[in-house]
Amino acid sequence: MAAPLTLLLIVAVTIRAVLFRSSWAELISERVEVVSPLNAWKRVVEGLALLDLGVSPYSGDVFHEVSLSLIHFLFKSILGSDGITAVALYLSIQTYNKNVFRKQKYALESDRYPADCLELLRSPKEMFYIPLKVAMFYLLNPFTILSCVAKSTCGLNNAIIALFILCTLKGSALLSGILLALATYQSIYPLTLFAPALLFFLQRLYIPVNLRRSSFWFFTLQYAFIYVGSLVVITGLSFFLLGSWDFIPSVYGFIFSVPDLTPNIGLFWYFFAEMFEHFRLFFICVFQINVFFYTIPLSIKLKEHPVFLIFMQIAIISIFKSYPTVGDVALYMAFLPAWSHLYRFLRNIFLVSCVLLACSALFPVLWHLWIYAGSANSNFYYAITLLFNFGQILLVSDYFYAYLRREHHLTHGLYLKKKDGTEATLVLK
Amino acid sequence: MGLLSDPNRRKALTGLLTRLNTPICIVCYLAGIVWFMGLAFEPFTLRTYMSENAMGSTMVEERFSSGERALSLAKEFDAHKRKAGGMPVEWLVKAMQSRGLEVFTQSFSRKLPFPDENKERYMVRGTNVYGILRAPRAPRTEALVITAPCSPGNTNNQAVALLLALAQYFRNQIYWAKDIIFLVNEHDLIGTQAWLEGYHHTNITGMEYSPLQGRAGSIQAALSLELSSDVITSLDLVLEGLNGQLPNLDLANLFYAFCQKLGVLCTIQGKLQRNDWDTAEGYTHAAQTMMLMVLKQACGRSWGDHGLFLRYHIEAASVRGINSFRHYKTDATTIGRLLEGMVRKLNNLLERLHQSYFFYLLPSLSRFVSIGYYMPAFGLLAVILLLRVSFPGLCHCFSVSLQPSSPGVLTVLTPVVISHLTGVALYLLPVHLQEMAVEHFPVSETEAVVLTAIAIYTAGLALPHNTQRLLSGEGTEQGWKVLKLTALLYLAVLLGCTALINFSLGFILAVTLVPITASITPHMPKALYAVVMVLLSPAFTILYCVFIYQELIEAPVSVSEGWMLFLSVISQGILDHALYGSLVYPLLALFIYPCWLMFWNILFWN
Repeated sequence: MAAPLTLLLIVAVTIRAVLFRSSWAELISERVEVVSPLNAWKRVVEGLALLDLGVSPYSGDVFHEVSLSLIHFLFKSILGSDGITAVALYLSIQTYNKNVFRKQKYALESDRYPADCLELLRSPKEMFYIPLKVAMFYLLNPFTILSCVAKSTCGLNNAIIALFILCTLKGSALLSGILLALATYQSIYPLTLFAPALLFFLQRLYIPVNLRRSSFWFFTLQYAFIYVGSLVVITGLSFFLLGSWDFIPSVYGFIFSVPDLTPNIGLFWYFFAEMFEHFRLFFICVFQINVFFYTIPLSIKLKEHPVFLIFMQIAIISIFKSYPTVGDVALYMAFLPAWSHLYRFLRNIFLVSCVLLACSALFPVLWHLWIYAGSANSNFYYAITLLFNFGQILLVSDYFYAYLRREHHLTHGLYLKKKDGTEATLVLK
Repeated sequence: MGLLSDPNRRKALTGLLTRLNTPICIVCYLAGIVWFMGLAFEPFTLRTYMSENAMGSTMVEERFSSGERALSLAKEFDAHKRKAGGMPVEWLVKAMQSRGLEVFTQSFSRKLPFPDENKERYMVRGTNVYGILRAPRAPRTEALVITAPCSPGNTNNQAVALLLALAQYFRNQIYWAKDIIFLVNEHDLIGTQAWLEGYHHTNITGMEYSPLQGRAGSIQAALSLELSSDVITSLDLVLEGLNGQLPNLDLANLFYAFCQKLGVLCTIQGKLQRNDWDTAEGYTHAAQTMMLMVLKQACGRSWGDHGLFLRYHIEAASVRGINSFRHYKTDATTIGRLLEGMVRKLNNLLERLHQSYFFYLLPSLSRFVSIGYYMPAFGLLAVILLLRVSFPGLCHCFSVSLQPSSPGVLTVLTPVVISHLTGVALYLLPVHLQEMAVEHFPVSETEAVVLTAIAIYTAGLALPHNTQRLLSGEGTEQGWKVLKLTALLYLAVLLGCTALINFSLGFILAVTLVPITASITPHMPKALYAVVMVLLSPAFTILYCVFIYQELIEAPVSVSEGWMLFLSVISQGILDHALYGSLVYPLLALFIYPCWLMFWNILFWN
């Protein structure tokens, strides 16, 4: 399988290199859909220049990237980050598939599945190409390509999250904790991935999720300690490197209080541009809670399926975060082939694909009409943003429903009957 | 959401859509056309009104009185123009300087990609002369532009002369809060383009020009003046700009208001307004006016010097004097007063014109159709494509193509790529191959370009047979369905985006492309449908538009003349793209035509 992956990487790099050379690169790096105030390359360059001049990069309102030292280090490798992400995703999904298959085999041997569910089981033949498809979905996704050509630091963020997933699935709690801390340090929101990672390790070590068991608390505290400890170390390190705590308000304050209302594909900008100032705090809380709140119900519902939970969390982050870009969307979309066995239970996938496709085409058109032609206005653009996010939410909830439904069928049989013997329909309530 | 999540209702809905798919589509198509034609019916339209406060309530008294002097200036200008054999730059500079303006010149040169046979130019060299009247009352951060093209022959002399007379008059007034730039440009649009690019420090089209020596503030509005006779019967307002962009409707309202005030006959698309909307003639007249506007907007070219200003966010319109055989005549003084009034009102603006509509169609000068009224007409056509997509057979294909190891994707990719390569060839080759074509065939460069374009277009039709052979073997039933699904979605997105930027173009393309693309399958009588498809292809759409346009401006042409016009329209389209960056030619060549080819492929799917 290494050969196709290498080929894929070569193709992906070629596409990016060609786009880099072309006159499009500059245009792409200016697009609001692709770069946000948090991850624009222009701002990184500005921050580095300020640092070279001995000025604190956070003193102005330009630079909001936290891992300055990291970027210094990865200055050139920002282009390679897509490759790293793809390989990490490839390996993680491979590991995940092996686990799933092993589990399915045990369950089959112990005869736990109802007889009519055999067609729902996954075959190795079907699963063989999935890791490659995941890598392909990430590398050849136009969203990723645009994001990479724009040199958005979103690629780095994605790489760290992908590595975190890889380490988690490989079962290394230490590395997983450190990488999660790194991702959190970079953009706060991956904090919510703590829950799925913990659930995964608990499941792997056969520790039941039981609040009265000491082994549960022992491991939870251990993992939390690794996570918080490395977070403190990283934050401390950047304090020593920069010599001030400036970066805390300038990065995390910037993420949380959303002062920059440049249009993007998210939901925040228009809402806060229109709002009366004295409601601002309240609504910021409401909007930000969205990202974190779903962790609790989802963790309860999906506690047996932490990897799917990771996917859900990444998707929710990319929808509800304050400065989303298409690079974030690309990360969770890469996982879609991994759930291709859910296909028969998806209900709106066609509608959703049409909506997402149309929106992606309409973003630049309405931007042109608003900014260049001056004939449309921000309402037009925000309407498309809303539609785009509606599509994403529908997509995620559709996959969620399909996943639950398949699990339901695996325990209760595929052909459900009502009490009176007629065919039953499942409704998600 | 109930509709989407309740399985029973979903089933009922899809069942209904499947069963009644064809009737619904037909009804939608007819409804779309009827809706569009209904837009010209007066009770369905809105009366225009001035939205901008700064221009509405303030009264202006016009005092311009030197119309006679302007006419004698026109004769003098004409004489100097003849003597110089082109634009009398020195005379103009002197004339403007003696009127107290800051005068600057800008020289420019441009080599056209191929000779323009309509205007007989290839290597263009020229000079723009402009004078700035500095505003005495404000910090000179904003400006207005009045421009008059210096055309060859004895056309437009009166416009330049009136411009000079206005400059002289304006110089003596104290109320100007915005700089006023008087621009006389040579070689009409090319000169305007050079001047605008120089003014805004951009270079989009590869023009060579000398930098501007003097600048004023950011330009708020521009008026272009075209006058070729001493007296006129009516004034025509031209709004359609590059890529179908229109200025803010308030500019048209302003023009209309002053025409009413001064009793000048005003027309749009050369058509006078009628008051008998409830008679058949009245309705036909309004419909014709609107159709003319749609056709002009759809072709995406700039119909006057104002059209290029719009790209820079400057509201602009052309005012064209028409002298026909009516008895009712207007003299130069009145036209001067009209312009004075308009400029003074624009001078009162506190911010850019933005209150009124940017998306509209005008069945007459006093009535307009806004975007909310005309978009449903397009929506009804576009929804047909989506309905055909949701056609269950196709929907099922989508699910299959997502499944692992599906045969669909690769078989679809080949026709898509080949169609687009043909499109790229159509876009690039005509201009690049002209020298070779001229060497081998007895044609001029312009003919070579146009004929190459038509040859590539026709050659593209032969492709499906070859692709099938390349693909080794039979196209599957699944294959064409996936291809049709892709093509329908593609067309829907494409037309939607086009209609947002340029409604008229999107609508005209939808009218011709939707019926055939929605119904095409490989199981139809091939010869008959091939003919129908070709007759409804983009190139034939252009041909029909040429004939309809000629019919509407009451200059019907014979078939051969129409053909010549068609050829010149194509060459103009390519030139407009190269010179001013009009997007219609690349849109048609790179997107619409390949998309149409995909449907052509479906028809010949084995």
